[in-house]
Amino acid sequence: MKITVEIPTALRRFTDGVQSIECGSATLPELMSEIESRFPAISKHLRDDAGQVRRFINIYVNEEDIRFLGGDSYKFREGDRVLVVPSIAGGAPSNACG
Amino acid sequence: MAEHFQLKCRECGKLWGNQARSFCEECLSPLEVVYDLEAIRPVFTRKNIEAGPNNLWRYSALLPLPDGYQATLPTGFTPLVQARRLGKKLGASQLYVKNDAVCFPTLSFKDRVVATALAAARRFGFQVVSCSSTGNLANAVAAQAAREGFDAWIFIPADLEPAKITGTQVFGAKLVRIAGNYDQVNRLCSQIAEKFNWGFVNVNLRPYYAEGSKTVGYEIAEQLGWRLPDNIVVPMAGGSLITKIRKAFNELIALGLVEEKKVKFFGAQATGCSPISDAVKRNLDRFEPQKPATIARSLAIGNPADGFYASRAIRDSGGWAEDVSDADIVKGIQLLAEHEGIFTETAGGVTTGVTQKLIQQGYINPSEITVACITGNGLKTIDAISQEYTLTPAIEPRLSVFESFINDRMVAVAGN
Repeated sequence: MKITVEIPTALRRFTDGVQSIECGSATLPELMSEIESRFPAISKHLRDDAGQVRRFINIYVNEEDIRFLGGDSYKFREGDRVLVVPSIAGGAPSNACG
Repeated sequence: MAEHFQLKCRECGKLWGNQARSFCEECLSPLEVVYDLEAIRPVFTRKNIEAGPNNLWRYSALLPLPDGYQATLPTGFTPLVQARRLGKKLGASQLYVKNDAVCFPTLSFKDRVVATALAAARRFGFQVVSCSSTGNLANAVAAQAAREGFDAWIFIPADLEPAKITGTQVFGAKLVRIAGNYDQVNRLCSQIAEKFNWGFVNVNLRPYYAEGSKTVGYEIAEQLGWRLPDNIVVPMAGGSLITKIRKAFNELIALGLVEEKKVKFFGAQATGCSPISDAVKRNLDRFEPQKPATIARSLAIGNPADGFYASRAIRDSGGWAEDVSDADIVKGIQLLAEHEGIFTETAGGVTTGVTQKLIQQGYINPSEITVACITGNGLKTIDAISQEYTLTPAIEPRLSVFESFINDRMVAVAGN
């Protein structure tokens, strides 16, 4: 099974600039670990000291907030698109086109 | 001259200078404007403020404005009225209403935040300003963008009230209706803000935008004769306003403009969208997002950006949060209108209904000074209330017809 994870601009400096990655995890906690194993530097930015996804990060699956889908217990499906969005997002873009 | 303010991460404390950015790249937490209060102390005095213009720019020294910024729009300084008849009805002897239903130019408190956001947009060189909105912000951005010469792109849930849609389009703004609720609009805007070099007032300009809300707090204190109320009831959507009024009160205390007082903050939501009041009542550390289902569409934010800070501010102040049903929102609108002559929108019905509930429950001491914040105008949400009233048949313009009409009415009233 493959899912696609879109990395927000703010975190791409920890993913060598990669904007989206394909993952094979079944749940959100597994996905976090998978991302962290591939890009170790991202870890402290995604999770707090207690290992929880940081309070101000929202995770969406196909445009729906994962908390409405069961949160940590949601089982990803083939082709799911996962968005990681800081809750009050939008830094000064480096690739502005407007 | 060095600037007296800059952005700071609310969680890790990292300083970010001044830029169009709303979150910290280290911990992805929100940024806030912080001030060098000691540098501002000599100029932010009662005397200087009272000599200033009769609008929110009298508080410019504690707003994040670029050096030499010349504001021209007389926004803010709305009436604070003692609500004697409503107070009597609710059993409260010192009830006040802060009436932003008549804020200039678009009749909601959002005129304040847009005023400071567009100052930032100008400073950072944006040509286009934008926002996600439940309606009032759309109106405010569209109007002030027109006056200041920005292009405006406004994103709203498709089902907003007609008055808020027309009241955006009339200013020449580009309106994008999204088939989804506000939280979905907001998430989309976060993504758009990453790709387009636009000044999103409540995304990448959010720290500057949010500071405009402080002026509600400064005004209340000044209008009470430079003192703080004991209790304040504030409607909550994203949760920013209540935290900023608290910040304003704390700044006034720190600078010695008012005597220190532990003001209790009370948050008001609609039961159909109450993630913050739910978190306060259940003492949750993280609020649980909701799918909004309420007529109070201006408060229909199920995933409030400042929900965490709002619930914390309420708890720290010794206050509480409550929510009211749609039926009670309508009654709240009528209660305020019939007793004080103030026609507020659904959000104001929420504030009024919750104020009543908090007094009844004993959370608010009825003999203390309580301010209820009315943030929007009833003419924008006519559809929420119009079904409560019926039109009588038109009568001929003849005195005898009127006399028989009034006799019939008197009989009908007596019959009740």
